[in-house]
Amino acid sequence: METEVIKQKNKIHPLKFILWVAIGSIIMMFAGLTSAYIVKRNQAGWVSYDLPVAFWWSTAVILLSSFTVYLAKKAFVERAMKKYRQLMLVTMALGVLFMTLQYIGFNAFWKSGMTLQANVAYSFLYVIVGLHALHVLGGVIALIIMSLMAYSKKTRIYSTVPVDLMSTYWHFVDILWIYLLIFFVLIK
Amino acid sequence: MSTATLHETTHHESHGDAHHEHHHQETFITKYVFSQDHKTIAKQFLVTGIIWAFIGGLFSVIFRLQLADPNAVYPWLEDLLGHWAKGGKLQPEFYYALVTMHGTILVFFVLTAGLSGTFANFLIPLQIGARDMASPMLNMLSYWFFFLASIIMLSSLFVQTGPASGGWTIYPPLSAIGDASSGSKIGMDLWLVGMAMFIVSSLLGGLNYITTILNMRTKGMSMTRMPLTIWALFFTAVLGVLSFPVLLSGAILLLFDRNLGTSFYLSDLIVAGKVLPNEGGSAILFQHLFWFLGHPEVYIILLPAMGMASEILSVNSRKPIFGYMAMVGSLFAITILAFLVWAHHMFVTGLNPFLGSIFVLLTLLIAVPSAIKVFNWLTTLWKGNIRFTPAMMFAIGFVSLFISGGLTGIFLGNSALDIHLHDTYFVIAHFHIVMGVASFFGMFAGVYHWYPKMFGRYLNNTLAYIHFWVTIIGAYMIFWPMHYEGLAGMPRRYYDFSSWESFKMFAGLNQFISFVALIVFATQILFIINFFYSIWKGRKVTQQNPWGANTLEWTTPIRPGHGNWPGELPEVHRWPYDYSKDGHDHIAQTEPIGADESKH
Repeated sequence: METEVIKQKNKIHPLKFILWVAIGSIIMMFAGLTSAYIVKRNQAGWVSYDLPVAFWWSTAVILLSSFTVYLAKKAFVERAMKKYRQLMLVTMALGVLFMTLQYIGFNAFWKSGMTLQANVAYSFLYVIVGLHALHVLGGVIALIIMSLMAYSKKTRIYSTVPVDLMSTYWHFVDILWIYLLIFFVLIK
Repeated sequence: MSTATLHETTHHESHGDAHHEHHHQETFITKYVFSQDHKTIAKQFLVTGIIWAFIGGLFSVIFRLQLADPNAVYPWLEDLLGHWAKGGKLQPEFYYALVTMHGTILVFFVLTAGLSGTFANFLIPLQIGARDMASPMLNMLSYWFFFLASIIMLSSLFVQTGPASGGWTIYPPLSAIGDASSGSKIGMDLWLVGMAMFIVSSLLGGLNYITTILNMRTKGMSMTRMPLTIWALFFTAVLGVLSFPVLLSGAILLLFDRNLGTSFYLSDLIVAGKVLPNEGGSAILFQHLFWFLGHPEVYIILLPAMGMASEILSVNSRKPIFGYMAMVGSLFAITILAFLVWAHHMFVTGLNPFLGSIFVLLTLLIAVPSAIKVFNWLTTLWKGNIRFTPAMMFAIGFVSLFISGGLTGIFLGNSALDIHLHDTYFVIAHFHIVMGVASFFGMFAGVYHWYPKMFGRYLNNTLAYIHFWVTIIGAYMIFWPMHYEGLAGMPRRYYDFSSWESFKMFAGLNQFISFVALIVFATQILFIINFFYSIWKGRKVTQQNPWGANTLEWTTPIRPGHGNWPGELPEVHRWPYDYSKDGHDHIAQTEPIGADESKH
C-alpha cells in the first residue's frame, strides 16, 4: 500500500481530475444552449434587447469574489486559519450578493415587459442566466459547508484538496459568467 | 466530494486507498445495497438492466402482435392490459406508448446503463489494476440515480393517460403540448424527469470512468498496454460526458415549453381547433439538440460491445489482436466523427442540401474506421486456434451483425437514398441490427466471458448455445425481411398497415416476423433463467484463470473482495495480447519481459 502512496503523489488528485472533466461537461451544456441561441437569433420574430444594469454590477461582484477565494486558498496554505475563515465568509456573501443582483436585474427586466413568455429571445436569457445562477448556488452551498467545517472545533483540516476544488469551481463559474456576458453583448 | 476526503489528515494523495473498507465490518446494507465496491455496483447495473430488457422486450412482443394482424382480437389481452386493449384489441394510443417505451428502455436503460454501467464498473478497476474507482461514492450515487430514473420511468407506465408516446426521440410539438395526445400529458413529464435523473447518473459514471482510467492505472500499465475493452470504455465515457449535457439543455428548454409557456420549439400551432399563443419557436431546433446527443449515443451503445468483442476474439483465438494501435485509432476516429454527423438524421427536415452533402461526406467517412475494425477482427480470427465458447460465439455473432447492419448504413448515409428510405422499415432494420442486436451480442459475450469473475460460477453451456443459435438466426429472420418492406415504402410507426392497399401484400411476412420475435423473446427468458440459476447453482470456478487470459482481472482471487487484490497491486510489464508467443500459450501482463524474448 505504501508504494501506492508514493506513486500517486506525482499525479493530479482524482477528485480534482473529476472536477475538470465535470467542468468540460458543464461547458458542453452551455455550448448547446448558446449555439441554439445563435441559430434562433437569425430566425424571424427575434428581438434584440439591452442587458439589465444590475447584471454589470453582479459581474464586478463575482470578479471580486474570485479574488477573495484566491486569498482564502492562500491563507489556508499558509495556515492562517482565522483569515481563511473570514475570507470564506466574504466569498460566500459575495456569491449571495451576485445572485441577489441577478434577481434584481431580472425583476427590472420582467417589469419592463420583457417577461419569460413575451419573446424567445427573453426566454433564452432567463434560462441561460438562470442555469448559471444555479451553478453559483451550488458553489455557495459548498462554501457554506466548508465554512461550517472550518469553524468546527472537532475536525482539523490539513488537506488542501477541498479548498483547491472549491477555488477551481468558483473561478470556473466566474469565467463562465464572463463568457456569457460577452456572448450576450456581442450576439445582439 | 466525499466527507472521507475532508477528514483525511495525512496521506491525502493516496485517496484511492482512503475508501477501502476491507478492514471494516460490512452489514448486508453496505455490502449489497449501498455498496461502494465497483464490482457490486456493476452487478446492480446488470440485474437492473436485465429487468429492463425483459420489460422492453415484452413491449416489442405485444406491439408485434398488433403488427402481425392489425384486425385480430385477443380477449386475453384485455385481461392483461385493461382499457389499453379494450375489446381485446390494442388501442392506437397504447401502441404508440409501447413503441416509445420500447425505444427509450432499450436505448437508454439497457444498452447505455445496463451495458456501460455494468462493464465499465466491473472491468475498469480490474483490468487497469486499481482497487476501486476514483470516487466510489460518486459511483454508488451513479447507480442510485439510475435506480431513481428507473422508478420514475416505470411509474409512468401506470398513470391514467399512459406513458410518453411521441417516440423515443420525443420531438416537439407532440412532446411539448399536453393536449397533443394522451401520452403527451403526465407520462411525458415523468419521461423528462426520469431522463434528467438518468443523465445525472450517466455523467457521474462517466466522470469516474475517465478519471479512473487516466489516473489510477497500476505501475507499468501505460496507455498502450491497456486492453481494448478499457480503450473502448474510455471513449464511450468521453462521448457520454460531452453529449448528454446537450440533451439535458434540450430537455430543459422542453420542460419550459411544456410548463412555463415559453416558445423555444413552438410556433403557429392549432390544436383541436384552438390557436396556440406560441410564436417564434422552431421544432427543428430540438432535433439538432437531440441528435447532437442522439448520434454519439449510438456509439455510446456500440463502442463497449466493440471493445469486449476485441478482447474475447483475441483470447479465444489464442492470437494477439491484429493491429492494436489501428484499433485504438479507429475508436478515436469514430469518437470524433460521432460528433460531426448528427444532421444525417435530419435530411428530410428541409436542411440546406449543401449542408446535407457535408453531413453525407462525414457520415460515409465512418465507414473507414469501421472497416478497419472489421478487417482486424477477421484477421485476428484468421488461422487462430479458435475455441468456440459461448462468449466467443456471441463475439463472432457481433462481428457478423456489425457488418450486415453497417452496410445498410452506407445506403442511409446518402441523403439522395435516405430521402426515399427515411421513416421506413429499412431504417428499423438497419439500426436494430447494427446498434440494437449487435450491442446485445457484445453484452451477451461480455456476460458469458466475465460471469465466472463476477459470481465465481459458470453459466450452463448447453443453454448458452441454444440461446446463441436461436438469437442469431432469429435476429436475421426478424430484421432481414424488414429491408424489403422498407424498400417497398412501408412506413415505420404505423398502427395498422392493412389500411393501405400497397402494404397488404406484407401481411404474411409481418406474421412471420412477429412469430419469430416471440420465439426469440422466449429464448431470452431461457438466458435469464440460466443467469439467475447459475448465481447459486452453477458449476463452481476452480481455476483462477479459466480462459487462459492475460489481463489483470484473472490475477485476483476467484472471488475477490473489496480492494480486488489481497496484497500489493500487480505490476504490469507487457501488453495484454501475448498469446501463442515464443512457445508459450499465453503470457500474463504481470510477467516480466525475458532477456531473449522477441518484441511484439
